[in-house]
Amino acid sequence: MDDNTEILTVALTGLNATDNPGPGLGVIRALREEYPKIRIIGLSYDSLEPGIYLHNWVDKTYQIPYPTAEVGLLLDRIKYIHDKENINIIIPNFDSELYNFIKIAPELTGIGIQTFLPTHQQLEARDKANLYKFGEMHGLNVPTDIIAYSAEDIKKAEEKFSYPMVVKGKYYDAYVAHTPDQAQKSFYYLSAQWGFPVIIQQFIKGTEINISCLADGGGKAISIVCMRKLYITEKGKAWAGVTIDSEDLTELAQKFARATNWRGSFELEVMRDANEQLFIMEVNPRFPAWIYLTVAAGQNQPAMLIKLTQKISLPPVPAPTTGKMFVRYAWDHIVDVSEFQQLTAFGEL
Amino acid sequence: MEKLKYERPLIKKMNTGIPNKFGQKAAFEPVKYIDEVPVKQLIEKFGSPLFVLSEQRIRRNYRAAVRAFSTRYPKVQFAWSYKTNYLNAVCNIFHQEGSWAEVVSGFEYHKAINNGIPGEQIIFNGPYKDAEALNLAIENGSLIHIDHFDELYNLITLCKSHHKKPKVAVRVNMDTGVYPVWDRFGFNYENGQAWSTITKVLESGVLQLAGLHCHIGTFVLSVNAYKAAASKLCDLAMKCKSQHNHIIQYLDMGGGFPSVNTLKGYHPSGADAIPSIDEYAEVITETILNAGFEKDDLPLLILETGRALIDDAGYLLGTVVANKRLSDGRKATIVDFGVNVLFTSFWYEHKISPAQDATQHTEETVLYGPLCMNIDVLRESVNLPLLNAGDHLVVHKVGAYNMTQWMQFINLRPAVVLIDKSSNVHLIRQPETLEYLQTPELLPDYLKIVHG
Amino acid sequence: MKLRKNIATSENGFIFNPATGDSYSGNAIAAEILSMMKNGQIAEEIKATILEKYDAEPNQLDKDWEDWMLQLKQANLLDE
Repeated sequence: MDDNTEILTVALTGLNATDNPGPGLGVIRALREEYPKIRIIGLSYDSLEPGIYLHNWVDKTYQIPYPTAEVGLLLDRIKYIHDKENINIIIPNFDSELYNFIKIAPELTGIGIQTFLPTHQQLEARDKANLYKFGEMHGLNVPTDIIAYSAEDIKKAEEKFSYPMVVKGKYYDAYVAHTPDQAQKSFYYLSAQWGFPVIIQQFIKGTEINISCLADGGGKAISIVCMRKLYITEKGKAWAGVTIDSEDLTELAQKFARATNWRGSFELEVMRDANEQLFIMEVNPRFPAWIYLTVAAGQNQPAMLIKLTQKISLPPVPAPTTGKMFVRYAWDHIVDVSEFQQLTAFGEL
Repeated sequence: MEKLKYERPLIKKMNTGIPNKFGQKAAFEPVKYIDEVPVKQLIEKFGSPLFVLSEQRIRRNYRAAVRAFSTRYPKVQFAWSYKTNYLNAVCNIFHQEGSWAEVVSGFEYHKAINNGIPGEQIIFNGPYKDAEALNLAIENGSLIHIDHFDELYNLITLCKSHHKKPKVAVRVNMDTGVYPVWDRFGFNYENGQAWSTITKVLESGVLQLAGLHCHIGTFVLSVNAYKAAASKLCDLAMKCKSQHNHIIQYLDMGGGFPSVNTLKGYHPSGADAIPSIDEYAEVITETILNAGFEKDDLPLLILETGRALIDDAGYLLGTVVANKRLSDGRKATIVDFGVNVLFTSFWYEHKISPAQDATQHTEETVLYGPLCMNIDVLRESVNLPLLNAGDHLVVHKVGAYNMTQWMQFINLRPAVVLIDKSSNVHLIRQPETLEYLQTPELLPDYLKIVHG
Repeated sequence: MKLRKNIATSENGFIFNPATGDSYSGNAIAAEILSMMKNGQIAEEIKATILEKYDAEPNQLDKDWEDWMLQLKQANLLDE
């Protein structure tokens, strides 16, 4: 295919392949498989994101301002990088940066950088604090929750559902609390870490399933790959998982895409309880860290995202191959300290 | 041979796991001019420190805010929040633009009257209105916003002696999803107190219920909170019509829109970024327009925006006094303006720029004011270029609250100048003098001689 | 005020302290002074060189030298 050989420059974030990994390296691996000549520009926040130092995967990395900085600074920095690298497409891979990237998307288009992102409204609708309301509106099961602004609100949660309950930070982190003490401790920790509100959610016992999807912005999920978690780290991240397929899961993902008209990638974190009921626990507005498994299942979602961005029509995808497993592993990559110095001082490597 | 430009030697630890500075270079760019007037010249002429206000920016902000609301809603009125900045020159810029006055004390009320504002264009808010001012407000036909029952009954009693029927509004507090709820001001919506007050006002026979007022907080970053507030006020107004056949003339949505400053200890993600005034205007006007008012009953929309209209029009210029290194290795810089002058440094991380060229090297610095007081810390940590004693600094976005909340403490308060649209500089408040400060002081005779 | 042995300095002004594993970056003048210190020059010689080359006041340089020593001490780069 022609488009496989043309040189494409894609910039992306999420190079933090750490114990709580970002999806960046998975996305790169998927893209390199489809576009062997692709040029990958890493965008990093921390100087120790491993992807920065993996030169076989990332051609060049630039530090970019934190999502907390003014959005204008991000745009300026991207323009600076664009001048040197001539970026075709940007794929943001962090929840917390997405708002800013959506905001500057029109300006990026103006300078020739394409994106394929949801709208601010779509982003807001699936926010942890709004998810229950969203589920109610669209007939999707979401565990009951209490949006907590003070530790007093834990009592409201106790009245509404019983222990254990899940205490979640505004952006990241979740802890299961079995006692009021634990709930309170988690509340204080998470509010200090991520601000308000803290979400206290009904605990659902069951099987954890994650669904990686790509939707066209017109109400249709183009690719849906389901993964059953086989091993979970202390932080609740999948360390190993296997592709599965089931009609009710696919239907759930389609229903979400229809209800939101979602544009781009998203991940549904789903729980299947003892009564075979599916609950949406969380919706991540980006690719999951295990995204390379979609390639193994025969649906290269990052490559499909590129084609959607380029407005290339996609042939219908075959059903995902089930029984493909991923087992994540850690690797000590060796570099000289001068690379770290170089990046820290000049913001480029 | 010509000598090279000297800069003090500096090494910096390359840390892991802290935010990188890339993309933020703009923050260290020198600010040498304010509205085309050189900073250096301003300091030479008016001293250091010095507050500088940009008239052009004030008017531009005001017009943008008015545009945001009046293009979406037919009847809009702004009232300048005096407490935000009540220098007469500032108030009169807003009044020239068509703003009414919003005051919260007898002192501010008199200020508005002295500025030539007609009584009926003064909104009198706040939990304490002294008897003298309240009488004057009744006499002048000002809009009195009732805060508590004691005030309501006091007002009813006063009216009987005045034989006037003053226009009043009921201040309502409510749960808008923004916490803490400002329930210390006005009457609560959820527990029915607001409605009960409205009924009492209507049944008093001596008060005209002209409006409903809320002011849900300060630096409110949630647009949806205003939607909730507007919809609750509309609900009360509709109920006035349906149950008492009384038409509410105005809804006062108060203020609380944020400026583009950074609150201390607040680390927003992009999603918490500050919404534009258009976004607030959109939800407020849409809510009122869709509330179900008949066309002729559509209330006047009053806004008391303060901070968002003036914060970024104000600058504080200052001078570096000294550099030192603290025992733990941190760099410290002492400047000639302290927390007594830059009061907002208690809650903002103010952006601070050098006022002269500097190299790209920067250093993490604790910024201390000149007061011999441990609390005088302007920034716990700020990245600044290598500054030397005598260098000038520009603090940004200081137009709101500083020139009203500042304290005379240890040092005298500095001058304030206004730069007009032709870049002419006007002194609008002289620097304080020892004489000025001692004028109200009285010294008993036996204390006049210190060496007996 | 002798610099520790083995301190690695690069042309870009980077410093690596092999004893602690910390990296530092410096401005041009810091790199210059470090290299003089590495060559075993004493404070007076270094200051004289700086004054000759740069438009610095002796008082200013004296103040800054105090600060420089504190920085090196803080960074654990001095051999005492």
